[in-house]
Amino acid sequence: MPEGITFRFEVDGSDFTSAGQASVQVKKNLRQLGIDPDIIRRVSIAMYEGEINMVIHANGGEASVTVTEEAVEIVLIDHGPGIKDLSLAMQEGFSTAPDNVRSLGFGAGMGLPNMKRYTDEMTVDSTVGVGTTVRMKVKL
Amino acid sequence: MKISTIKDLLDARIISGEDGLDADVCSACGSDMMSDVLAYVKDQAVLLTGLVNPQVIRTAEMMDMRCVVFVRSKLPSQDMIALARENGIVLLATGKRMYEACGILYSNGLRAEEAK
Repeated sequence: MPEGITFRFEVDGSDFTSAGQASVQVKKNLRQLGIDPDIIRRVSIAMYEGEINMVIHANGGEASVTVTEEAVEIVLIDHGPGIKDLSLAMQEGFSTAPDNVRSLGFGAGMGLPNMKRYTDEMTVDSTVGVGTTVRMKVKL
Repeated sequence: MKISTIKDLLDARIISGEDGLDADVCSACGSDMMSDVLAYVKDQAVLLTGLVNPQVIRTAEMMDMRCVVFVRSKLPSQDMIALARENGIVLLATGKRMYEACGILYSNGLRAEEAK
């Protein structure tokens, strides 16, 4: 599979309880492809955190996951408010999430740091008022 | 430790997943913050939490956990139970508080896995 297989998802930003459905599906798809369980766990946690971020901050967006012979690549695109200070957002414990999100078990300022922790490469392109694109790669 | 032993030690009742009670688990974690659970991924097979919403089950699923124990008499909603059934996750509920529940399991040999 030289070009790899790509799975695409719409992330619904209106309903926090459904956040994570795309990650659950990715986990199933990767299992079917026979990917190593440890890799699957890293990919699905990174994507799950990304999905939660898109729902909390950006009213949803698009997610795609591409599997090649070398890696699993995740691209998350939203048209939300953008990230004002990326280095601050990357610090563990820094969060701009509203209190109601904290009562749901998220918004601890661990989302982006977790995504970085579980992937081999991560880039974040964000423009205030335009949106954010996160690209992550987990090597096989 | 078998999940059935956890149930007995915590004086817990089974909400769903009776079939999984025989499964062996070797470590656990306790938190109400799902992001913290996701931050320290090891092979913890049991999550103790006082948080009740579907993201608890999704977090457990992402972490390949086998069992979620709800503390402080919290009870999961029907959609959470359905989600857990779908993924073969055992749900238990205990009236004990988080500190006590974790302490009982820890002192009976169910440890937190060493951080890598």
